[in-house]
Amino acid sequence: MQDIIITNARLIDPELGESTGSLFIRNGLISDAFDADENTQVIDAGGLCLAPGIIDIGVKVGEPGERHKESFTSAGRAAAAGGVTTIVTRPDTDPVIDTPEILEFVARRASAVAQVRVLPMATLTKGREGREMTEIGFLQDAGAVAFTDADHVITNTRVYSRALTYAKSLGALVIAHVQDPGLSVGAAATSSAFASLRGIPAVSPMAERMGLDRDIALLEMTGARLHIDQITTARALPALRRAKENGLDITAGISVHHLTLNDLDVADYRTFFKMTPPLRAEEDRLAAIAAVAEGLIDIICSMHTPQDEESKRLPFEVAASGAVGLETLLPASLRLFHAGHLSLVQLFRALALNPAKRLGLDSGRLRIGAPADLVMFDPDAPFVLDRFSLESKSKNTPFDGARLQGRVIGTWVGGTRIFGGNPDA
Amino acid sequence: MSFRANHLLGIEPLERDEITTIIDLADSYAASNRRGNTRRDALVGMTQINMFFENSTRTQSSFELAGKRLGADVMNMSMQTSSVKKGETLIDTALTLNAMRPDLLVVRHPHSGAVDLLAQKVNCAVLNAGDGKHEHPTQALLDALTIRRAKGRITGLTIAICGDVTHSRVARSNILLLGKMGNRVRLVGPPTLIPAAFAQFGVEVYDDMRAGLQGADVVMMLRLQKERMDGGFIPSEREYYHRYGLDAAKLSVAAPDAIVMHPGPMNRGVEIDGLIADDIHRSAIQTQVEMGVAVRMAAMDLLARNLRARRGNAAVNGELI
Repeated sequence: MQDIIITNARLIDPELGESTGSLFIRNGLISDAFDADENTQVIDAGGLCLAPGIIDIGVKVGEPGERHKESFTSAGRAAAAGGVTTIVTRPDTDPVIDTPEILEFVARRASAVAQVRVLPMATLTKGREGREMTEIGFLQDAGAVAFTDADHVITNTRVYSRALTYAKSLGALVIAHVQDPGLSVGAAATSSAFASLRGIPAVSPMAERMGLDRDIALLEMTGARLHIDQITTARALPALRRAKENGLDITAGISVHHLTLNDLDVADYRTFFKMTPPLRAEEDRLAAIAAVAEGLIDIICSMHTPQDEESKRLPFEVAASGAVGLETLLPASLRLFHAGHLSLVQLFRALALNPAKRLGLDSGRLRIGAPADLVMFDPDAPFVLDRFSLESKSKNTPFDGARLQGRVIGTWVGGTRIFGGNPDA
Repeated sequence: MSFRANHLLGIEPLERDEITTIIDLADSYAASNRRGNTRRDALVGMTQINMFFENSTRTQSSFELAGKRLGADVMNMSMQTSSVKKGETLIDTALTLNAMRPDLLVVRHPHSGAVDLLAQKVNCAVLNAGDGKHEHPTQALLDALTIRRAKGRITGLTIAICGDVTHSRVARSNILLLGKMGNRVRLVGPPTLIPAAFAQFGVEVYDDMRAGLQGADVVMMLRLQKERMDGGFIPSEREYYHRYGLDAAKLSVAAPDAIVMHPGPMNRGVEIDGLIADDIHRSAIQTQVEMGVAVRMAAMDLLARNLRARRGNAAVNGELI
């Protein structure tokens, strides 16, 4: 494997801060400085940013069951184009990933065709039905990095507490979606004057806080490791803070859509803006940004959810939820940088370092010995997003036509360039 | 004439002068209908398709009659038995219909925003005959005409909209229209049926029926939508009637000449006492039905004029719409 030296780079190290200089890659790992010889590839970054590759938790790939929406091949290309070097995939496929056999199929498909690292998750309960826990041990042996029923909330707290207890004994990470299922049933928007005016069935933001409070109580009871997939409301944040201060093993994430868009973006029933949980009020969005800045919310993800045209070209109430995000995660996140809310170092803590830490990975940092999973980007390059230019098979992005600033110039996984420039170089 | 819209999807996008234009024209249609002069030719040569994805005998009949009185060829499509049931999407249905080149499409759909979605995909004029919990613009317009005929004006009045506001598209359209025309609008009902967010629409919210009706010029009752009640909004119909059903005692605190309205169909003994509903001195309910035909004639007439104008312009420019 060829050695690489990337010179003249603005290095964004989420552990040590920002600096200018060179980065050395040997045997696919970030290494100590060495002198170039004729076999070394030297790349002049020309002052562009070089950061650890993004680790995106909660990516939906349509395999098995919905390959027409997204395959591992197209998801891999989309990730590479977006500077995402590791995708952690959701198990809410068809069939769901609830046995070691299905998980092994997914892992095999992913490693054969995806250009980026793929870490699959499995469900916590069989069929995502919340009745019986899955074979957590076997699934872990087969490569499951975390356990989640995705947006299905386990309503039976006895089943849930047992699953958490069992997961704790194996050191397994559980990922939960916190919404009170009773309040949220049938809702397609957050309660507001706007939702009332449009006649869209809505849910109070308090549903999230109620769901979180319940899960925190179960965590106190079981001592498990829990990551909340999305905290999107101001009212839930104090509960999260108390749980962390009390020493519970809890982290939280948020999608970039909830950090950059609000409920009014739905406008005249634009279904590309229909998400789970629904987009929130502007005050919630600002509170969430502040929480990311101080590290209370740990992780920013894309919550990549490909939906084909048929699933979205429906009345808002019945249209499918979710948006693609692998390719827009970085440029959309950079809106927070350009608006002065977050520094690039803070951003990459949430995009790379914190997810790596939570999953126990060596990547997500520029430390010597870490895998050379990298993204080079120009934070200032402006462009107007055309959804048909996306690599994803599905084109359901809320940023279609949006003015964004920040483009990926190159992506490396284990020292191999998978996007930008000459891939063979 | 000041009516600029290509479709009638809701009250929200209409300006005050456009509302007045529709009501004025409807008033003249109502007068000529009363004189027995029901044959007009505003829509001669035009095709009107009524697509009702939700049952509604009275609204569908009203639109059908309005179209026929203006000379349109009217077709009713029963969507409950159509290909939609076989999995065809709303968009596919719209595209198929569009290929048949209708001029006016009257649509009712159980989901909010569905009619807007359909309007984006067709070239003809679309009339919203009620979409989910969103809007029912012709109902609000016919209510406005009814009020103006009874009160001589449609501004500066105190109007109480009572009952199941949460599930009512009629209420939303009326709140918007009556607000735009400069009236004092009150919403009266149990808090479970009036979301708190409504207070932001410039209305006053009451959970006490007598306080809400105090001095009101118009009392507009809403149907309790039992079919949409999936989560225990009220303890029982008899308790609802006791607290919020309109009877003579509650009506006595309204203005002495207050009129009573209801969009129908009524649940007698649930939201309204049958005696009040049938009181010809107080109840404007039959007038509402009558004005419904006139308002729909006016709306379709105005949309057809705009459609002809657009087609004329397109022909000059060599375009096809």
